[in-house]
Amino acid sequence: MTAATAETGRGDAPRPVLSVRDLTVAVATPGGAQPVVEDLSFDLIAGETLCLAGESGSGKSMTALAIMGLLPQPTARIAQGSIRLADGTELAGLSDRALRKIRANRISMIFQEPMTSLNPVLTIGTQLTEVLLEHGACSRAEAPGRALDLLRDVRITDAARRLKQYPHELSGGMRQRVMIAIALACDPEILIADEPTTALDVTVQAEILDLIRTLQREHGTTVLMITHDMGVVAEMADRVIVLRHGRQEETAPVHQLFAAPRTAYARELLAAVPRLGHAPARPVPERLPDVVDVEGLTVRYPIRGGIANRVQAQVHAVENVDFRIAPGETLALVGESGCGKSTIGKALLGLAPWTGSIRIAGQQMQGLSPKGLKPVRRNIQMIFQDPGASLDARMTVGRQVGEPLVVHGQARGSELQDRIEWLFRRVGLTPEQIDRYPHEFSGGQRQRICIARALALRPRVIVADECVSALDVSIQAQVLDLLRELQQEEGLAYLFISHDMAVIDQVADRVAVMNLGQIVETGSREQVLRTPMHPYTRRLLSAVPIPDPNHVRPAVLARDGEVGSPVRPLGQHPVRLEMDEVAPGHWVARSDAAARSAA
Amino acid sequence: MWAYLVRRTGEALLILLGISLVTFVLLYLVPADPARQIAGRSATVETVANIRAQLGLDQPFHIQYVRYLGNLLQGDLGRSYLQRSEVAELIAARMPATLLLMAAAIVVELILGLTIGIVAALKRNTAVDQSLMVFSFVTISAPQFVVGILLLYVFAVRLHWFPIGGYGSFAHLVLPAITIGLLGTGWYSRMMRSSMIDVLAQDYVRTARAKGLGRLRIILRHVVPNAVLPIIAMIGIDIGLFMSGIVVVESVFGWPGIGQLAWQAIQRVDIPIIMGVTLVSACFIVLGNLVADLIAPLVDPRIKLK
Repeated sequence: MTAATAETGRGDAPRPVLSVRDLTVAVATPGGAQPVVEDLSFDLIAGETLCLAGESGSGKSMTALAIMGLLPQPTARIAQGSIRLADGTELAGLSDRALRKIRANRISMIFQEPMTSLNPVLTIGTQLTEVLLEHGACSRAEAPGRALDLLRDVRITDAARRLKQYPHELSGGMRQRVMIAIALACDPEILIADEPTTALDVTVQAEILDLIRTLQREHGTTVLMITHDMGVVAEMADRVIVLRHGRQEETAPVHQLFAAPRTAYARELLAAVPRLGHAPARPVPERLPDVVDVEGLTVRYPIRGGIANRVQAQVHAVENVDFRIAPGETLALVGESGCGKSTIGKALLGLAPWTGSIRIAGQQMQGLSPKGLKPVRRNIQMIFQDPGASLDARMTVGRQVGEPLVVHGQARGSELQDRIEWLFRRVGLTPEQIDRYPHEFSGGQRQRICIARALALRPRVIVADECVSALDVSIQAQVLDLLRELQQEEGLAYLFISHDMAVIDQVADRVAVMNLGQIVETGSREQVLRTPMHPYTRRLLSAVPIPDPNHVRPAVLARDGEVGSPVRPLGQHPVRLEMDEVAPGHWVARSDAAARSAA
Repeated sequence: MWAYLVRRTGEALLILLGISLVTFVLLYLVPADPARQIAGRSATVETVANIRAQLGLDQPFHIQYVRYLGNLLQGDLGRSYLQRSEVAELIAARMPATLLLMAAAIVVELILGLTIGIVAALKRNTAVDQSLMVFSFVTISAPQFVVGILLLYVFAVRLHWFPIGGYGSFAHLVLPAITIGLLGTGWYSRMMRSSMIDVLAQDYVRTARAKGLGRLRIILRHVVPNAVLPIIAMIGIDIGLFMSGIVVVESVFGWPGIGQLAWQAIQRVDIPIIMGVTLVSACFIVLGNLVADLIAPLVDPRIKLK
């Protein structure tokens, strides 16, 4: 509540632990220095959580790096302004030697990618004690004991063993806990958290956010949190600064911002955020014969070893999955990373080795030769997560969109040109853009190009694998609108793979929840998202951050037993889940406990 | 671990078998006649035929090869045609000199190559970086006999710092080791430079800076250990380069190793020696790669031998 009093100016004068005034950060470009942060001013009040929120390119990370003195050298620099600590220390223009005494000691930072933020060749223990010794927080003899205490502080299980482990032996969530332990080792006044949970699964995200809140309470740390996720903002912030193109759009206490945003941009940003449970009802598509019919789909990858390099174990990526999709219908596959949802998409396109039965538009794909598959493949196309990486940087976008037509011998010459132009218009681009290269387009435009490429062969099914996850919310909404429009006009069937429950709520007719390669619950969107029955579905839904500061999220439901592994020794197969129909079309796997009591 | 070793050893034996076959075929096809070489220019046709029969060179190819393999299994590399002694003994006598030279050359190329690579990466896009990269380019492209003769001329003939050739003391070792090592120096400095630049941009280096660590500690503790990982695999492959290098360099410096032995044997078509040296070199290359692969998990905890 410190923050709220600070904003209204009542009570004791708030004590800023950090004051930023007229901060401008410039980045060198071929066309001269470009400001990425402009005239940014704010105070960070002791004990509060201040969120810097904004879309990509808003300058939020640059602000954090400027405070830490970690701007990428030599391209970026503080062009003007001041960053002052409570004791008057000016950080802008401070020498690296002096900044080193501030870093980790008074201001700490945790980063977006826990997978790459720890050194792979040093043990967790070394990486923890290093920071303690550097700042003279304890003696060499005390260091291992202190490191152990720090790991226990961040609630890592089996802390003593972790000290001797290497980062790759830990999960993403555990690594982020280690990062937090490192950041809090010297008890800094300020913790800067730059998208600390963006790369994590939603249940892990909830745990990490809980941890940051708890530690903040225990240590009295002030938190500057950087995020693009308005759900996280609502859950964590006392005050929010909305940034856009490096400029401060709006600064407000979190309740005020969500209840009555003052600026048009903040209103737009909040309106674009997909909200779980607020999606408009979708017309029930006319029930036509299924265009996708999958039965007993199984994908296993071998793990080899031993003297003869024989298969010793298998990764059971997908086990015995059945589903159907009708024309004009969207089936959403949801689950956490490693659950096998993307593998199903790949199997449908013949990009993963599979067994079972896949019928696309009535044609069985099992047993077809690569040549025989070619005509079937025309009916099913894919859109990927990263539009930048799924376009060839050295080929014009027009050629890439036309390539499927050429490969399948569908069009050439002027007809090909006409088809490409038509496709560009179809996805909201102009024919003048045909001869450009991918780098000349924004992320949203590139995803439109990918959609145009997927549409080129007039497929009946499109697999969209996390196709909006890399996009900002406003762009996300536009791409989802385009997909919906195409579906209504062309009767496309979508297999929509995503980890984001709110997005799924927007687009899905039916939802299938996956865990460890199997479907644990499937049904209509209302059935699965509003009345989830399986413990895993409930756990997933309970972890989703809600973009409403008045919403108090219940503690994340505990895991139902141990986290399983999809890797099993040869010959040992996972237990096949039994599904019960709890309501018409709503199938739920018997949970372990139920299965045990039934047995 | 043991399963891995057994599998790799099995693979190594197959590789060596293949190499022995290829070398044997090549030597069989060489137009020179070893019997004629041994007999001398003035020998009669009968003498030459006698020698040929004595050495079994009149037998068909596959019989010769099978016999050679049979002997090989008993550790018998055959007898030299001209030196009248066992090939195995000849090679064993010269091995220490070659191993010493090789070890010294590896030390030279690691010290020079890694240092140049690290400095160039830290000073990248400056005059220092550019001159170092020009230097490394020169060391890669200069033929070893030219480098050897140049070093001999400057440091031995002119400056009298080192002896002109021979074997026996540390001073004798310096110039040939540098001559062989310079080639690797060029490759390693370039690899180390790009590897360092990659690692410097990694998130964990930013983490190290955020911890307030000093520059020297970041470079030595966080950057170099990661940057050096791809180089380790290179050293194993590099032994092949050494083996081709020593044939020339040992001759230039009069270094009594197996390179010199091979050089003499090639001139006189002494097939058993050529075969022996080729197989021993192949053993080294295979062994070098195996050792590099065994060291890798010690330096990089993410690598597991399976």
